[in-house]
Amino acid sequence: MRHLLSIGDLGGRAGIEQMLDLTATFAEVMQREVPKVPALRGRTVVSLFYEDSTRTRLSFEAAAKRLSADTMNFSVATSSVSKGESLLDTIRTIEAMGVDAIVVRHRASGAPHRIAAWADAHVVNAGDGRHEHPTQALLDAYTLRVRRGPTLDGCRVAIVGDVRHSRVARSNVYALHALGCEVILVGPPTLMPESTDGWPVTVVHDLDEVLGSLDVVYLLRLQRERIAEALFPSIREYTSRWGLTPDRAARLHPDTLVMHPGPVNRGIEIAGAVVDSDRSLVTEQVANGVAVRMAVLWSLLGGGEFV
Amino acid sequence: MDASEHAEPVLRTRVFDSDDLRRALTRIAHEIVERNHGADRVVLVGLYTRGVAIARRLADAVGSFESVTPPVGALDVAFFRDDIGLRPVAPLGPTEVPDCAGRVVVLVDDVLFTGRTARAALNALGEFGRPAAVQLAVLVDRGHRELPVRADYVGKNLPTRLSEDVRVRLTEVDGGPDGVELWGEPA
Repeated sequence: MRHLLSIGDLGGRAGIEQMLDLTATFAEVMQREVPKVPALRGRTVVSLFYEDSTRTRLSFEAAAKRLSADTMNFSVATSSVSKGESLLDTIRTIEAMGVDAIVVRHRASGAPHRIAAWADAHVVNAGDGRHEHPTQALLDAYTLRVRRGPTLDGCRVAIVGDVRHSRVARSNVYALHALGCEVILVGPPTLMPESTDGWPVTVVHDLDEVLGSLDVVYLLRLQRERIAEALFPSIREYTSRWGLTPDRAARLHPDTLVMHPGPVNRGIEIAGAVVDSDRSLVTEQVANGVAVRMAVLWSLLGGGEFV
Repeated sequence: MDASEHAEPVLRTRVFDSDDLRRALTRIAHEIVERNHGADRVVLVGLYTRGVAIARRLADAVGSFESVTPPVGALDVAFFRDDIGLRPVAPLGPTEVPDCAGRVVVLVDDVLFTGRTARAALNALGEFGRPAAVQLAVLVDRGHRELPVRADYVGKNLPTRLSEDVRVRLTEVDGGPDGVELWGEPA
């Protein structure tokens, strides 16, 4: 694997499972008194974020530092991009400084692929438009595997909400399906992709119809700016039909787990009390993000031909 | 292409059978206790893969004649190696190191060769605390050191050629009977 641009780059179930095993190794490293190994000493990882992010950016930076790589941050707001520099020129500038990996987030789907074609460095997609967010899907799968272990075969997962605009949903559909999960997409027709032909999923519009049969409810963040596009009538109506309210949570099977990629809109797609309940994996998802990104950076920069 | 370059390696010498291997480990267990005036302060830390199995056996052997069975740890040194990027390096197993501050840590491996794994192990161990002393026990020392490393306990000193291969088999890792063999190109 030269770049991680989409879940498909991992080459199916075996490759994904290998990455999750490697994540477990780094999760152990993070438990140590000195949670740092010299594995990537002398390597440089630059993060190039054309879109806001706190957790993904911080977690990649923490991952690189715990592998002893040097990190550089390229923040669009304070860079020459605001003076009109093109993406290609920006990449040339960064590469001229000698970097080994570029972690990129961009609002345009496919931007990391474009960069990968230009750059000698390894490219990691940290979220591109509505396309993919592979490290999020890996950390979700890892979090779920830790809880449900050793395999996810037959696990029924509903991904609820704005699937249409969600890169998290796309990456998760591919990853969870590859790992043997049954994936159900739930949400209003206006927030479903134009077509799900070829997607290994079932589409349901009524959350209450499937609620009692799920092992996992994965809620997507409601992108509130979408209301301006009139894709749903009001936030209140959205919550009443597709939100995980305390009332709906009470109807879940006692073992059903709840996940959310963050940032959470408390009281909209998920009630605050549900986020903080025992069935919620939200905090674990964040905690596992660093170990997953360590595994990805190590595979690209250190492990040699790994996947 | 010259056929001899690709000759299949053949078995040259059976170095240890299972009884020899057991006797060597029993002797090392006694040497560890003798040198450290007992086993109270000793912690055995095996290096993956076979070092971990050997460390467990040494601990059992010590426990059979001393009043204490030393704690056993397992150390994966992949992320501390100096050949990362030069060849594929993969972690081999979960690291678990018991509290070793102020104790004598005996690192345990199957074969001592270049000394680079032992070097990586010293660095990795250092992240878990400051032992009073670190010693090294190996089943086979095959020579060809590239670093100033010496073992404190050796099952067998085995002169080898660089082209040869020392193969250690342990029941709990490889299945089948224990043994140590020297393989090389056909004469």
